[in-house]
Amino acid sequence: MSERHRAAPLAVPLWTPGVLVLVALMIPGFVFVVARFVGGLGAVTNLSQTSPWGIWVAIDVATGVALAAGGFTTAALAHVFGRQAYETITRPALLTAMLGYTFVPIALMIDIGRYWAIWHPIIYWQGNSVLFEVAMCVVIYTNVLYIEFLPIVAERYKHGVRLPGPLSVLNGVLEKFLQVADRTLDRVMWVFILAGVVLSCMHQSGLGSLMLIAPTKLHALWYTPILPLLFLISAVAVGFPMVIFENVLASASLPIEDETPVLSQLSRYTFLFIGIYGVLKIGDLLVRGTYRFLFEASAQSFSFLVEIVVGVFLPFVLLGMPTVRRSRRGLFISACLIIAGVVLNRLNVFLVGYRSPYAVVGYWPSIGELAVTTALTAAIVFLYRVLVTYLPVLPPRIPSHGTSLGVTHSVPGRAES
Amino acid sequence: MNRRTFLTWAATGVASAAVAPSSAWPGVSRRVPDDPYGCLVDLTRCVGCRKCEQACNTVNNLPAPSVPFDDMLVFDSQRRPTPQSFTVVNRYHTGKVDDRNRLVPTYVKVQCMHCQDPACVSACIVGALTKRDNGAVHYDESKCIGCRYCMIACPFQIPQYEYNDPITPRVRKCTFCFERISQPGGVPGCAAICPVEAITFGKRNVLLALAAQRIEAEPARYIPHIYGASEVGGTSWLYISGEPFEKLGFLTLPHRPIPQTTESIQHGIFAYFWAPLTLYGLLGAIMYGTHRRQKQEQQTSEDKGDGP
Repeated sequence: MSERHRAAPLAVPLWTPGVLVLVALMIPGFVFVVARFVGGLGAVTNLSQTSPWGIWVAIDVATGVALAAGGFTTAALAHVFGRQAYETITRPALLTAMLGYTFVPIALMIDIGRYWAIWHPIIYWQGNSVLFEVAMCVVIYTNVLYIEFLPIVAERYKHGVRLPGPLSVLNGVLEKFLQVADRTLDRVMWVFILAGVVLSCMHQSGLGSLMLIAPTKLHALWYTPILPLLFLISAVAVGFPMVIFENVLASASLPIEDETPVLSQLSRYTFLFIGIYGVLKIGDLLVRGTYRFLFEASAQSFSFLVEIVVGVFLPFVLLGMPTVRRSRRGLFISACLIIAGVVLNRLNVFLVGYRSPYAVVGYWPSIGELAVTTALTAAIVFLYRVLVTYLPVLPPRIPSHGTSLGVTHSVPGRAES
Repeated sequence: MNRRTFLTWAATGVASAAVAPSSAWPGVSRRVPDDPYGCLVDLTRCVGCRKCEQACNTVNNLPAPSVPFDDMLVFDSQRRPTPQSFTVVNRYHTGKVDDRNRLVPTYVKVQCMHCQDPACVSACIVGALTKRDNGAVHYDESKCIGCRYCMIACPFQIPQYEYNDPITPRVRKCTFCFERISQPGGVPGCAAICPVEAITFGKRNVLLALAAQRIEAEPARYIPHIYGASEVGGTSWLYISGEPFEKLGFLTLPHRPIPQTTESIQHGIFAYFWAPLTLYGLLGAIMYGTHRRQKQEQQTSEDKGDGP
């Protein structure tokens, strides 16, 4: 890793107008969360006896997990396959994954009826349940992500934990912990990196198996025995686009290094995986003969066509063009299309394609559900912003006039200024 | 079982259910009770008196309904079980008329079917739902976390949820009067009260034979189908009817158990953790290889004197 690409805390003020907007987006969601815990799910959501899962499962959990796939895909590329050119993007991807997975149990606490019993799967094992497998993998992987992230914290604070006020009694203990972690983790990190990749493959595919328990309810356009494989491949395909998406957005508001050459290289893998995914999707339609549902002019057929055309064909064609792959804007647009495609796919499998017998009302998210989902998303972006400000996650941009690296490497306490 | 009865069974599609469905799927650890109880509902006998609804309400200590049980106006709309009522009776007019040219109603009792291989039990993340030896699909609220995956899984759309309870919402459905049938001689509330013997409680195998006998004895009265004999691999509640089931609000469902797809995939991948462990080993080998190569390259470049 060259000196130019070294990650460091960013010497930028935290409370910018954009960050204040994020905080403003969190407030209404918080109010609805309180309402949910006082009045029950029925007080806030549009869930019904025939629509037991809404956007809190489909977006906050199922889509969130897919969009956090950048963590394991970049880890595999940089650390397992040894492509060191991608080292710089592993840290932001790891941070996104860590935040994404941290918010899965938070979203679940809001969604499940007996939130105080959320720990039950850890003792009441039910090995036939796909949900149990997914839950176990997510719990373990979240902890793996924390371990993978620990060296970044240690790098920054091992010589100076300075907690304010009464918390300062912990300074010595925490500093010791970080020093030990810094010394030992390096040698055993390969165990966790490999575990992270394997666990991700397990639960990303497991999420696809979830709806296989409802063969008579999930529309035939999506119900296929290869749904787990499709979920896994699409998660791998959306990993790098998420890295591109974040990097482009982050560099628009933060003084960080322009990574377009690295992102261009990354997009070649995405081109490959979105291609494999497209072939599997089309092949599945042909093998099962479900192409005949494509033009039934229902909400389902329309949604499926949008998913395929916007999320698979269009980005595949775009990324096939070298000019698009080399341009920052082209990369960003292609990444957005793939992300939108995966979001729509998860929504389709969990909501649009789910048709319950005897349903008298359809499901449409309530204002409260939308507000909470918006708040959780804003909270993730807010925490991302906080952590990249104070921790060495992103490589700061080197000013063209100066040669001193110290200018952009903040010293403790600088970031608040 | 004599030969003629057997032929009727075969004709009604029971034969496929008589073969234990799990045996065809090696590696799937499924335990279907050998000799469960069941209920046979004879729709040609039901007169729509709603006594079963009332008995269910009493036995399970459910709140009083908004419309009293003797008000027959409820039949004007189709109902489904709710968190406060585990069973409902609906009225259907299939177009059949009697000798005075009046439409003949058919009444259909709806409740949990207590599947032999229930999708809800397979789906439940904590095992709060279990299939008991006596045939009941039993719900244990002390384990439940309220994820509502059972509601996604149930092909009959039976589990109901208490959405307005903020602390201890429960999944609600027919219990098969689990406590009562666990006692010797115990009978579910609805079956015990039925004044026209439209509901017969007993061992499922006996009920299947009884249903086949009734169909065989009066072929003009019944259509040759025992609903629940093989639907989704068989259910503890069985129905015989004089009208086609699809005209009476019954769903046309596959005859293989619902959990087979997920369980064969899951158990195939996770048997002895062979797949995750293989992947771990493979990635580990790749990681080891790339790191050794990089070290060597570093070594060579240092030897040449142009190291970093």
